[in-house]
Amino acid sequence: MIQLKSIKKSYPSKNGAVEALSGIDLSIRQGEIFGIIGYSGAGKSTLIRLINRLEQPTSGRLIVDGKEISSLSKKELREARKDIGMIFQHFNLLWSRTVKGNISFPLEVAGVKKAERKKRVQELIKLVGLEGRENAYPSQLSGGQKQRVGIARALANNPKVLLCDEATSALDPKTTNSILDLLLNINKKLGLTIVMITHEMHVVKKICHKVAVLDTGKIVEEGNVLDVFQNPKMAITKEFVKQITHQEEADEAVDLMKQTHPSGTIIKLLFKGDSAKRPIINELFQRQRVEINILEGNISQTQNGAFGTLTLLIDGNIREIKSAIDYIEQQGVGVEVIQDAAQLIS
Amino acid sequence: MLHSLFPNADWSELWQAVLQTLYMTVISIAATVILGIILGLLLFVTAKGNMFENKIVYKCVSAVVNIFRSIPFIILIILLIPLTTILVGTMLGSTAALPALIVGSAPFYARLVEIGLREIDKGVIEAAQAMGASKWQIIWKVLLPESLPALSSGITVTAIALVGFTAMAGVIGAGGLGTLAYNEGYERGNSDVTILSTICILIIVFILQFIGDFITKKLDKR
Ligand SMILES: Nc1ncnc2c1ncn2[C@@H]1O[C@H](COP(=O)(O)OP(=O)(O)OP(=O)(O)O)[C@@H](O)[C@H]1O
Ligand SMILES: [Mg+2]
Repeated sequence: MIQLKSIKKSYPSKNGAVEALSGIDLSIRQGEIFGIIGYSGAGKSTLIRLINRLEQPTSGRLIVDGKEISSLSKKELREARKDIGMIFQHFNLLWSRTVKGNISFPLEVAGVKKAERKKRVQELIKLVGLEGRENAYPSQLSGGQKQRVGIARALANNPKVLLCDEATSALDPKTTNSILDLLLNINKKLGLTIVMITHEMHVVKKICHKVAVLDTGKIVEEGNVLDVFQNPKMAITKEFVKQITHQEEADEAVDLMKQTHPSGTIIKLLFKGDSAKRPIINELFQRQRVEINILEGNISQTQNGAFGTLTLLIDGNIREIKSAIDYIEQQGVGVEVIQDAAQLIS
Repeated sequence: MLHSLFPNADWSELWQAVLQTLYMTVISIAATVILGIILGLLLFVTAKGNMFENKIVYKCVSAVVNIFRSIPFIILIILLIPLTTILVGTMLGSTAALPALIVGSAPFYARLVEIGLREIDKGVIEAAQAMGASKWQIIWKVLLPESLPALSSGITVTAIALVGFTAMAGVIGAGGLGTLAYNEGYERGNSDVTILSTICILIIVFILQFIGDFITKKLDKR
């Protein structure tokens, strides 16, 4: 659906050009929710704004839905933009228009007839759950409601692609989740391709299928969300993954347990995909004669399946512990021994 | 009672003067709004980083606006006498005051329009571009509606300044309350007529301010 080929973008400045993007290759498939994560100044906004040519690339090729965006004439570009919706961090609504008026705007721009416009606006208001607020002005809406208007407006002309530049960064966690649910719902219902720019791993985890990590103008890591989460390669990716696994707090908890239970055995269970759904702990309690203490646990759901860890303190005789570990591994769950007081390995 | 307070007032003459002042104010406001919005838009869209960025046009319009805004109004009237005589055929009377009034206030209003347009969030214009809006659609559907409260409060300020200009024009024969205050009041030593003219001007200004504030508030949905 979207292809970027060795895209470069530099901004002229007094002391030489600032290179915001230095050679981006990216391919986003139809119907995918593609997350692009990076720190402030990484070039995320620049990248997404290239896709609808709000920004002109310095070099490279950009293809959206089979059209070479960078070679379109002004008129063709305006037409092409009707197939690419966009929502913004600060919503960018017209405050002089009501909810209805704002959603109607892109339809007016596209020259849709009045009666048809009215019908479409009603559909969209229902789709984003703003019934009853049609005649409110943006200043009378909450942030979440404003973003819903933004989404309805972006979808008005049935685009094939939706670009989201930090669409939830101005919202509180609860509202963020409701907006993400809405986007996920739209993606499933309409088969829309969504590009999500964010600096929050939570957003990627919750709705993205794929993710690319952008660091100072370069994509340093890319892949399925589940794979990247389980196996982050670059340091920056690891930092982002830590945002949701709370690894540091978990490590602290385990360290504390090592000190207070120097003679216990501590193991870490690594779940992935379907294994996270099985009641393994329950079965352990029932089948093995070991005492189990849960020290820490964190299971995350992604669009490609679940993953997470569970750290246990196990007590019992060495045979029982070994058999417990064998059992866990048979269930397709990885086991890592963190403190080996019973000397299982030797 | 009014007669004892203002012994020298000729009420029908006063009413005539009020109507002339209103005539000059209303016509010149209408022309100023049209001209000012055109010039203000031109300044805005040709400024650096905007839709029709054009250094030469911006510099020229900006220079013209600044020059006419800096000339004291009373001198502007005199400078425009030749133009007025060509346009109107005479340099006396309320209609003859109009060119000077419009030339004096349009550049002032144009700057207010430009400032109002600059207040519009760049993100909103960008959102319209992202939706495929053309430049004209952006002007009609985004720039003008979004700056309407600023345009309206600008008109109020300009209209009040214009009432003052009509009084000045009155001194050199434009008619209206200015002429009344100067000819009938000052030159004949009838200070009651001067005071009466002043009261009328104040009433007109207050009414303009009231209407202007009311409309601006109604338009402002922020
Ligand atoms: N119009 C511009 N002119 C000059 N430099 C720019 C311009 N826009 C962006 N840059 C530079 O390009 C780089 C990337 O900026 P960009 O806005 O894409 O970052 P970002 O990842 O979106 O950051 P944030 O999370 O803060 O929004 C920065 O170094 C920035 O200073
Ligand atoms: Mg940004």
